[in-house]
Amino acid sequence: MATTAPPAEAPAPSDERVRKVGLVQRLLVLPGTGAVLITIIIWVFFAAVANSNNFVSTAATAAILNRAAPLGILAIAVALLMIAGEFDLSIGSIVGFASMAIMLAVTESGAGGFGWPLWAGALLALAIALLAGFFNGLLVVWTRLPSFIVTLGSLFILRGLAIAITRQRTNRTQLGNLDEVSGFGFFDGLFGTEFTIGGAGFDVAILWWVGLVAIATWILLRTQWGNWIFGTGGAQESARNVGVPVARVKVLLFMTTAFAGFMVALIQAVQFTGADALRGRLQEFNAIIAVVVGGTLLTGGYGSAVGALFGALAFATLQQGVVIWGVDADWFQVFVGGLLVVAVVFNNYIRQRAARR
Amino acid sequence: MTTATENPLLEIRKISKFFGSVIALQDVSAFVRAGEVTCLLGDNGAGKSTLIKVLAGVHKPTDGSYFFEGREMDFDSPRDALDLGIATVYQDLAMIPLMSIWRNFFLGSEPTRGFGPFKRYDVDFAKDTTRKEMGKMGIDIRDPDQPVGTLSGGERQSVAIARAVYFGAKVLILDEPTAALGVKQAGTVLKYIVQAKNRGIGVIFITHNPHHAYPVGDHFVVLRRGQVYGDFTKEEIPLEQLVQMMAGGADLEVLQHELETELRRGAEPAAEGAAADDGPSPEDG
Ligand SMILES: Nc1ncnc2c1ncn2[C@@H]1O[C@H](COP(=O)(O)OP(=O)(O)O)[C@@H](O)[C@H]1O
Ligand SMILES: [Mg+2]
Repeated sequence: MATTAPPAEAPAPSDERVRKVGLVQRLLVLPGTGAVLITIIIWVFFAAVANSNNFVSTAATAAILNRAAPLGILAIAVALLMIAGEFDLSIGSIVGFASMAIMLAVTESGAGGFGWPLWAGALLALAIALLAGFFNGLLVVWTRLPSFIVTLGSLFILRGLAIAITRQRTNRTQLGNLDEVSGFGFFDGLFGTEFTIGGAGFDVAILWWVGLVAIATWILLRTQWGNWIFGTGGAQESARNVGVPVARVKVLLFMTTAFAGFMVALIQAVQFTGADALRGRLQEFNAIIAVVVGGTLLTGGYGSAVGALFGALAFATLQQGVVIWGVDADWFQVFVGGLLVVAVVFNNYIRQRAARR
Repeated sequence: MTTATENPLLEIRKISKFFGSVIALQDVSAFVRAGEVTCLLGDNGAGKSTLIKVLAGVHKPTDGSYFFEGREMDFDSPRDALDLGIATVYQDLAMIPLMSIWRNFFLGSEPTRGFGPFKRYDVDFAKDTTRKEMGKMGIDIRDPDQPVGTLSGGERQSVAIARAVYFGAKVLILDEPTAALGVKQAGTVLKYIVQAKNRGIGVIFITHNPHHAYPVGDHFVVLRRGQVYGDFTKEEIPLEQLVQMMAGGADLEVLQHELETELRRGAEPAAEGAAADDGPSPEDG
């Protein structure tokens, strides 16, 4: 019944069944468009209500971007994993655990640490994070349980370990003085530098964030792995049947989220010259919110890293906006919830238009 | 016209597949030679799809052996079969609805350019090839970027077939490729099967339509309830008999069921007996 047979055999070079779609229409169907619009709306809102508090300023812009960068780095990895159809609820705990691994490694042995140089501590934390991600992935692939449950377990295990081990060895849950450790200068240059523009300090983490978004976008759209990620999330069995190594894709993506957790742990440890065992708490949810606001489908198979960038930006703009506006910070959660619901409805509408284009 | 003395390209011997307590296949043997078409016929639930999934490396057989080019195989995943040039059109087509046509076409076997960290998906080649291969099937795709989920059933089937034909260097397996197609499109698929055969490819063609199977097939394996009910070469069996075997087999089961129901009612006097049996009475299978 789907026989809208073309009248002539002539294979017209420009197909009469395809109509030209305008630029606006084509932009509208990209996964990140909703987040861009939402970011603009939030920004305009606070520019209006908090104008007298200097919301429109380089200082406020720097504060927004500095907030967005660590969340954004997590969100990129979470987006890749979510496109492949899985969740990682343990990413916030990995931030905490990796932070404490770095700090314990560099703390003097008299104070319960190992007295290592920073590079060794960073390597230890990286190894632990990748191992945690590897086990998350392996468990999900082997048991075929929802990753939601498996990584919820890791969330508690890793957070508990971060607190318990640190307290047992040092009697504390906060460790500092990272700037006195040998090798700090090198890491400070890489991860802790601030650029002063217009009197405001912009963290170098912003550059890492944007750079990683570019790499993730390239992987998603222009590599074999990207195709496999979309395929794995879009229809796992079908992808496997045509030869996609679904299990390997998933395990590597869990290791990628863990790597992002390690990156944030290192950046923040260097920035604050120390860490708290509770660092990264709730970041797993904030990252998921950023990714979903960014247009990635919770069920997988659809999404983008650029969307996640704007999702994190929308989140940070909202967070900083509430602070600058001066309303009680208690209200922040109400706004976040509202943002999430509005964004999901909006993205859903856009995606349906995309399907019907 | 085919050299019947040639060794099989692909052969299975006494393959069984159990899913828990379900016996999907029991001691099934079959083979295909290069340049021949083996047709696998059987009713719904006979185990045809399970069998091709074993052939494609999706399922590991519970028992039995699998030979390809004379060597025994033990596939861990469909990738292993694909790498040997065994490509499959699955009954569910194995497509990702949200992905574009060209991405689906090359999913799992993406063409790449460059080396090391700069190895990238050769997008232009993928789009061009998809368009070209679909064109060969007589399908002029509008826009290779269109999501597969928005194609019509027939178009989607054509993408799946074009993909398997493109990658199936040695063996092409098709699971009911004509089921969702109109007469003309089904004809195109049959033409494709013959073309693949003429190129020296071994084709395994699953269908429950003997009229589709007979013109292209070299031999015919009839599956019933997970077992081989018959295995014939084209010379051994005329079309009429194959049709009768398929139809008669089905009728026999229906009739048997009806008779049992009637017998259970046996106590009651034959209340306006169901005189609906107008089909050909089944003689011998
Ligand atoms: N994964 C599975 N788990 C349990 N039973 C299955 C599974 N796959 C197939 N079966 C059963 O095996 C039998 C054969 O199915 P199938 O091979 O799909 O038949 P066909 O393709 O000939 O219609 C059916 O009874 C079906 O219910
Ligand atoms: Mg079937």
